Amino acid sequence: MMEQVASVSAWALLVVGSFFLVTGALGMVRLPDVFTRMHAAGMTDTMGAGLVLAGLCIHSGFTPATVRLVLILAFLWFTCPVATHALARAALAGGVEPYSLPDAEGGSEPGSEGGDRGR
Amino acid sequence: MTRIPWLWGLLFALWLLLSNHFEPLFIFFGVATCTAAVHVSARMGIVDAQSVPIHLAGRAVRYLPWLAWEIFRSNFALARIILSPRIRVDPRIVRFRASQRTELGRFVHANSITLTPGTVTAGVAGDDFEVHAIVHGDADGTEDSPMNQRVSRLEGNAA
Repeated sequence: MMEQVASVSAWALLVVGSFFLVTGALGMVRLPDVFTRMHAAGMTDTMGAGLVLAGLCIHSGFTPATVRLVLILAFLWFTCPVATHALARAALAGGVEPYSLPDAEGGSEPGSEGGDRGR
Repeated sequence: MTRIPWLWGLLFALWLLLSNHFEPLFIFFGVATCTAAVHVSARMGIVDAQSVPIHLAGRAVRYLPWLAWEIFRSNFALARIILSPRIRVDPRIVRFRASQRTELGRFVHANSITLTPGTVTAGVAGDDFEVHAIVHGDADGTEDSPMNQRVSRLEGNAA
């Protein structure tokens, strides 16, 4: 009984985590500019990776592998924001104009990015 | 200075967890490696409140579950935006002043903002934060945000 509960919850976490990974990837394609796409990438880092690793932890039971999975997640959650921040700074320093709604005041629309139509 | 034993203990725990060998020879290697690493770090003068923030450990127990919940919520909000048939986002760059007193506190705040999908810290200069928010409502009143208050509380009064 316990084993079944563990197995079902492990697979549920894996499936929901995969859903967020796919949604994050979709966001990378659909969102209009580099900054908004960063948010989608953050989604795969946090929920996607988090839920998949949590599912794997339950799946593996309490073994040394579990400790390593938790460590992977901890390091991932410390390093990802730093990388994202560096990317955002680099984009701003490089003069990338953040996308804003075309009808917003002072709004500018990067020509090649296709406005708010997404794809 | 209690940080040095703490650093040593944490490094050694990491060694044991990752090596998973408990023969005397490997224990000896672990002890030697940790001692060498801590010795070099201490001589470099980098064992301080920033590199070994154990003084936050007690209050982090309260902060981290809250952060996890925020990340959880904003993930669903962002998934809704991405999966909606017609993407409509109204991103803004918001500037505000954070209330943390220590660099470590600002680091935790900036990282927490970036870790929460929908907001990315694009710049930190002193107290001034520059945050890119995918829906500008997300960043409204970031100055007085629950996150700012909670990180300041995490930081505590003693810097």
